[in-house]
Amino acid sequence: MSNLDSAVTLLDGAVRLTVPLGFAACGELVAERAGTLNISVEGMMLGGAFASVAAASAVGQPALGLVAGALVGMAIGWIHGNFSHRLAANTFVVGLTLNTLVLGLTGFLIADHQFNQELIDNTSIPGLSGIPLIGQPLFDQPWPCYLFYGLIPLTWWLLFKTRWGLEVRACGENPQAADVSGVQVNRRRRETLLWCGLMSGLGGAYLCVCETGIFNAGMTAGRGFIVIAAVIFGGWTLRGAILGCLLFGGADALQLTAQALGLHATPELLISAPYILALLAMLFFAKRNRAPAALAQPFERGLT
Amino acid sequence: MSAEGSVVLAKRRPAGPRLDVRWGGLGRTVALYLASIAVAFGLSALLVQLTGHSASSAFTAMYQGSLQDGGALATTVDEAVPLLVVALGTIVANRAGIFNIGQEGQLIFGAMIGAAVGLKVGGLGAFGMVLTLLASAVGGAFWAGLSALLRYWRKVDVVISTLLLTFVAFEVVSYAVTNPALLRETKVGGSITAAESNMLPDSVQLPRLGSPPDFNLSLGFFVAVALAILVMFLIRRTRWGFRLRLLGLNRTVARRAGVSEWRMGTTALLICGACAGLAGGIMLTGTVFRIQAGFSNNVGYQGLLVALVAQGNALVAIPVAFFFGALRSGGGFLATTGVPRDFVDVVQALLVLAAVFPPAFQWLRRRRRATQAPEPVAPQAGEAAA
Repeated sequence: MSNLDSAVTLLDGAVRLTVPLGFAACGELVAERAGTLNISVEGMMLGGAFASVAAASAVGQPALGLVAGALVGMAIGWIHGNFSHRLAANTFVVGLTLNTLVLGLTGFLIADHQFNQELIDNTSIPGLSGIPLIGQPLFDQPWPCYLFYGLIPLTWWLLFKTRWGLEVRACGENPQAADVSGVQVNRRRRETLLWCGLMSGLGGAYLCVCETGIFNAGMTAGRGFIVIAAVIFGGWTLRGAILGCLLFGGADALQLTAQALGLHATPELLISAPYILALLAMLFFAKRNRAPAALAQPFERGLT
Repeated sequence: MSAEGSVVLAKRRPAGPRLDVRWGGLGRTVALYLASIAVAFGLSALLVQLTGHSASSAFTAMYQGSLQDGGALATTVDEAVPLLVVALGTIVANRAGIFNIGQEGQLIFGAMIGAAVGLKVGGLGAFGMVLTLLASAVGGAFWAGLSALLRYWRKVDVVISTLLLTFVAFEVVSYAVTNPALLRETKVGGSITAAESNMLPDSVQLPRLGSPPDFNLSLGFFVAVALAILVMFLIRRTRWGFRLRLLGLNRTVARRAGVSEWRMGTTALLICGACAGLAGGIMLTGTVFRIQAGFSNNVGYQGLLVALVAQGNALVAIPVAFFFGALRSGGGFLATTGVPRDFVDVVQALLVLAAVFPPAFQWLRRRRRATQAPEPVAPQAGEAAA
């Protein structure tokens, strides 16, 4: 294998591993900017992954799997939102519990069922995929990958260019002020959790319908937490979060490629790299990469 | 604002929903709890029935595995003890207004340090055992101390740093047990070693009252109960506990009253980490006897849930931990019925949601009522604090 070939393989792997993270990161970023440190993103991805395989297998249409994954992700987001931003239950209790619930439920259901393998094939974009080095990794992927490319600017527009986005960010920075200005803080936070569920569900579904084709119990294996690390690493900006996903997806791909090439790397170091890098980013760029001021703080009307 | 919130500090409590414990509301509270727990069990039963298993045999198996006879009860207590110890530390941190969600990592890191020490001190008898437990607690405290350092030196949020450090702790332990120079099993002859440490020597293992087929208690049980009483006493009856609560209720007031935020916060976090580490040490010396990746087995996360379901009350945490322990030990028995083990996770998650729902629901009802009724006149002290 020539150097160029192995570089293309590595980049291709990096893109493949980044896209599921990137989907979820677009959702998690919006939720965190609204003030929810959403740890049920792991459960949303896992639920989306399971739903996509179940639906795709039942209908024989992998595209429907994506829809089912998104819907299940939204359902989890809906439960989370209502518990923590309507009933004011502690968001971490709800998040941890939902993760356990989804892990248990999907593990329970997959133990009894067999699903057909449904995969979406690669669609090569003519012209663009001919670019040397980056052409094939970026533009010879299953079509939902191109959906992801489109969702990045959409998320940016939604969060930074619409009134809704402005209100969402206000809820994350100063919910009291937002409330006084007539923004329904908890409602906005619930809406962002729905968006987060939608995107994370898509991410999980992508994992199944475009990569593996099958579902294994607990197959997301902490990817949701890597997404959280990526959002933190990116200093709560969209480009930072996507860059973080690319970096962590790339590290994952590097691990696989290094094994194939017979290079020795400490797997533990590579696995823990996202978390360590996120911590270091907070440590050294604390001034620039500021967390939303009201992150993980519940909002009650009338209290200061 | 509810009428009974006449004490200013209580009004500013950030903890969110509280239970309605007035006598008039007590019957309704109990009914609400029973109803939501019934819904949780009902949904679980429905799930089992719909997938073609028998719900009654599943629940019978869980009962047999957790409560039926002395041996099962002993397993339940063994499962409950580390949960309780984790929960106690969490309660201390929560009362100081610090939210640590990294108990899982602190537990496994503490247990790793405990194992490293325990394997060296086999010859010291009971003293070696105490040393092992202490080392576990110190290990857990160290891991939580990293978060405290990040918080008070660089203002990194505790929730974020404890969450991220948990995954780092997993990998540290995984590295230690795969590396022959550190904790990996030593080769005996030509045997193949697994990625786990050697068994702890007998002298380091916790002594037990009674023997396994019948009901028995390990020393860990007494440690945990004593710790629960100690924590309750510390929080409610000492000056230190008052300062701790003051910090949790209102940072500004606490600072004006001369409570050093970083010192108090660091102490609370260290205690929380030490408890998680101690829980790891109790698991290590009481039931598992060796460290491996996956050692923590969600005990840290579930201990956190115990603390929050118990609403920060150290004595309430005892029955809650017992209940969680029963679910864990009962799950081991499910295999006989053909119901996948994951079912326990479902039941447990639904029960946690059922336990979280009633206080939150009552809180919402009270708030709705309060917004409809005219605002009661605030007591004068309220003006001063506002």
